[in-house]
Amino acid sequence: MDIATQSIDGGFAEPVFNAQAVFRAIMDAMARPGSMQALPQLTRPPAPLSATAGAVALSLCDNDTPVWLDPPLQAEASVKAWLGFHTGAPLANTPADAHFALIANPKEMAALDGFAQGTQEYPDRSTTLILLVDDLASGPSLLLEGPGIEKTSMIAPPGMPRHFVEQWKQNNQRFPRGVDIILAAPGSLACLPRTTRIKSIEA
Amino acid sequence: MNAQSTDIATYNFAYLDEQTKRMIRRAILKGIAIPGYQVPFASREMPMPYGWGTGGVQVTASIIGPDDVLKVIDQGADDTTNAVSIRAFFKKVAKVDVTTETAKATIMQTRHRIPEQPLTAGQVLVFQVPIPEPLRFLEPRETETRKMHALEEYGLMHVKLYEDIAKHGRIATTYAYPVKVEGRYVMDPSPTPKFDNPKMHRSPALQLFGAGREKRIYAVPPFTDVVSLDFEDHPFEVQTFDQPCALCGAENVYLDEVILDDHGGHMFVCSDTDHCEKRRADGHHGHLAPEAHLVPEKTEPAE
Repeated sequence: MDIATQSIDGGFAEPVFNAQAVFRAIMDAMARPGSMQALPQLTRPPAPLSATAGAVALSLCDNDTPVWLDPPLQAEASVKAWLGFHTGAPLANTPADAHFALIANPKEMAALDGFAQGTQEYPDRSTTLILLVDDLASGPSLLLEGPGIEKTSMIAPPGMPRHFVEQWKQNNQRFPRGVDIILAAPGSLACLPRTTRIKSIEA
Repeated sequence: MNAQSTDIATYNFAYLDEQTKRMIRRAILKGIAIPGYQVPFASREMPMPYGWGTGGVQVTASIIGPDDVLKVIDQGADDTTNAVSIRAFFKKVAKVDVTTETAKATIMQTRHRIPEQPLTAGQVLVFQVPIPEPLRFLEPRETETRKMHALEEYGLMHVKLYEDIAKHGRIATTYAYPVKVEGRYVMDPSPTPKFDNPKMHRSPALQLFGAGREKRIYAVPPFTDVVSLDFEDHPFEVQTFDQPCALCGAENVYLDEVILDDHGGHMFVCSDTDHCEKRRADGHHGHLAPEAHLVPEKTEPAE
């Protein structure tokens, strides 16, 4: 399939209702960090972009939101064309300019503090990271606490960034500045807003 | 779904266009991630005047889906003009089911009350907010209040509460009583009576706040600390009432005073109409309920 066809295919079948359903899943996940929200396959983006990450991008990104792609996604012209056609979002030149960042390979990703952190006056001007993960249960366990969590909650995404727990602690300390993370797994998603504290890693 | 999208030919689902919804949705997510922080957003003109809940309506329109059940209250009542017209608006533009029952609703839009019945996980409470900035009447300049939030400099608010005590002997603020969210941001809980402040603390429901004219959205996620500001020697207290609801006999609820005639006759009834109706259906009644007396004592017109 040539790039032109690939970039047009695979968007939301019902743009209005699908975008709403995806947003509600993200909102519930952000409000209850660590909770897994099921999401049916609503998009068919070109690899290595996943259906879940594609759906998140389509429901949140548009021409107001520069998007940064990590090198594996950057390398795929079809991914850029697909996002361009379906969202109209410009590509950010640097992570610090991005409203959203799509990360296909979180293990090798740039440091969290390289992304926009917002300012003390406008902490909302920060990057939301969309991390593509294989699942939410097979990696090292992260014990979570903070707003949105009654006592504790647990999540175990594999292939997270290097020194993630330490990086996340620093992200917590920058509050109210900091980045928020959407974990996009096949068929489900979860969120780590900047308020969530990772209590300990269990082996 | 298909029927739904073709039936509404004149407007997009839930009135707002998709780009506006995305913009509001992004603001909501930031609000949830930074509890109590007021996220600026590009508020749209809505088919109702400012002050009638344009902020709340935009938030509701951005989150609502075809499967949602909507409840709208105005000062606790489901049957006042604002509540009825907003409910009718969403029935028309989103074709969602509406209800007056707190337990059945998935989204509740409210003007200045939190329902008496405890909310549950999965419910979303959307507040209509007139002035989102709790420091605004103390410092009119946005540049300054923004800096005060940035530096967590809330001394002025404590001075205001102290001046209340110096003048009145107690903290005289009874509504829009400032709260601190998760130990960081001081937030205006919207002009709800301070009676409702404790309900916000670690509520299982998600609370979203929309201010249309002032173009701000903020949020309190579930299970988040919401602490009313006070002093050690003047701790925060909620209003208490001397008598129970005249219709359903409920105690420890927020009551409205209703004038009955022009001879000083009055009664106190539940502000939350759904709560009152449910209690009366369950057989509770107060001293002025029709089922308690066939001829109510104080309501006779002068003949």
